[in-house]
Amino acid sequence: MSTTTPVARTMRRPHRETAGSPLLLGHGRLPRVLAGTALTVLAAVWLLPFLWAVATSFQSEQDVAKPGLSPFKGAFTLDAYQQILERGNVTVWAANSFLVAGLVTLITVVISTLAAYGFSRGTFRGRRALLAVTVAAVMVPPQLLVVPLFEQMLMFNLVDTYAAMILPQVVAPMMVFILKRFFDSIPRELEEAARLDGASEVRVFLSVVLPLSRPIVAAVSIFVFIGAWNNFMWPFIVTNDPDLMTLPVGLATVKDAFGIQYAQAMASALLAALPLIVVFLLFQRRIVSSVATTGLGGA
Amino acid sequence: MTTIAPTGAPAPAGEPPVVPAPRRGTGRRGPGMLFVLPFAVPFALFLVWPVVQGLWMSLTDSSLTLRDTSFVGLDNYAEAFGDPDVWSSLGNTVFFTAASSVPLVLIALAMALLVHSGLAGQWVWRLSFFAPYLLPVTVVTLIWTWLYQPEVGLGNELLGSLGLEPVGWLSDEAVTMWSVAALTVWWTVGFNFLLYLAALQSLPSAYDEAAALDGAGAWRRLWSVTLPQLRRTSVLVAMLQILASLKVFDQIYILTKGGPNGSTRPILEYVYDIGFTGYRLGYASAVSYVFFALVIVVSLAQLRLFRQED
Repeated sequence: MSTTTPVARTMRRPHRETAGSPLLLGHGRLPRVLAGTALTVLAAVWLLPFLWAVATSFQSEQDVAKPGLSPFKGAFTLDAYQQILERGNVTVWAANSFLVAGLVTLITVVISTLAAYGFSRGTFRGRRALLAVTVAAVMVPPQLLVVPLFEQMLMFNLVDTYAAMILPQVVAPMMVFILKRFFDSIPRELEEAARLDGASEVRVFLSVVLPLSRPIVAAVSIFVFIGAWNNFMWPFIVTNDPDLMTLPVGLATVKDAFGIQYAQAMASALLAALPLIVVFLLFQRRIVSSVATTGLGGA
Repeated sequence: MTTIAPTGAPAPAGEPPVVPAPRRGTGRRGPGMLFVLPFAVPFALFLVWPVVQGLWMSLTDSSLTLRDTSFVGLDNYAEAFGDPDVWSSLGNTVFFTAASSVPLVLIALAMALLVHSGLAGQWVWRLSFFAPYLLPVTVVTLIWTWLYQPEVGLGNELLGSLGLEPVGWLSDEAVTMWSVAALTVWWTVGFNFLLYLAALQSLPSAYDEAAALDGAGAWRRLWSVTLPQLRRTSVLVAMLQILASLKVFDQIYILTKGGPNGSTRPILEYVYDIGFTGYRLGYASAVSYVFFALVIVVSLAQLRLFRQED
């Protein structure tokens, strides 16, 4: 399909790694040095909390409690990690997080993509009204819904189940809207050709529209996954069983239990952070570009 | 099998055909309701219904305990307007929104401009600024609880090394909301930074080049060319940020549980406290809707304000 190439290329162009605008700093050396210094200081400030946490996680609890500005007050040790892993909770919560965030992403992306295509190209009755309601729903803060949603879960007898954590999270009107805007921008001639050849609507969607939409679908998937992985309030309200908790919820329940054991607290935090850091390092450019692709950037 | 044959026969004359013939060439044929249905069903069930249900509950004395529910009209709303905790938690929310939004926009802009200026090591800068945004809220809060630790936390160790008095980061009522704001800026500035960076990278360079040829210096071009071109992005970032900050709950709940002495409790935590600790779901719904009204007013005000300026 030769037509995929130009569209895909246009999608990527704005976020290709550019050298920036050298003009911004002019040709003088002074602005360059000032900018470099400012950037280094900012980056150091932003990395400091993280590095401090890493250093703390590799010490014994006794050494952590010693005063002093040095990040390393004692010998290097893996004790904190060993204790966390032996307790086993963090690994169970990580597995739950992967299950919940993975399923939320899969379901959200499938139903949102279909709906966006239906809204973009559909001819059924009530389409405009339903679209208007969906767009209006973008305004509703999800936090507003926790009280009635919780009662609904009680009614369906779903409290303390994976379903309760997953189902309400798959409704993402904003993502439908973003996808619809993208589908609207694809020229219809491409589909008309396939329709004249007798392709069904599902076929047109799967083999003409979807391949053109890979960048935007990837962007939406990444955002939904990060959102679901980090979601705290809803899973926190709907789970009590420690074996069902996701990482953010589980860690919050033991935060107070940690007391003064900061080495273990930091080790748990870093283990919980690890998966997304790996995801970020693998997909760095895609994540950065997805901000632009979703139409939020470049406004 | 012959008995079902009639259904396959052509429809009797006079009745319209079940499937309308595709109107080729008019472009009218398109996917039907079935495409939207898999979204519309959970949408109706988990968004529209709770919105309506919540509104209904706010007019009742609905409770998490099993007793019967009765209709109480606007009593919950009347109570909310006279409830000092509603006002103080709304005040905390507005204070947090102001304290976090301003640095979250300005620092993000500064980061993006510096990174965009083309200095080497692009991926290091992007990683440093954006990575915290990827951390789950509990991880962020655990790390900052440690930094804010009164005796050996980094915050007070740094102050001590400069010869300054220690600060009660999470215990001094005058300081704690600023501690929460600092955590939030560190955690979420990366998103705004990326929005600005994407906008900068898509700006046409022609104006900048023209200004440079006319002899405008770096500062002059930043103020007169680049920043005006970023106006629409700045409006968008500010609007999104204010709405996001108004919804604060997670980090405050985990970090301070609203303390010390309720000084950091935002409105959404008060809703949680009423509903899930106090079991008063009806009243919690009413307070939610007061908050929702605030969100809508702020959104509409922002839209008006910025549309007028355009």
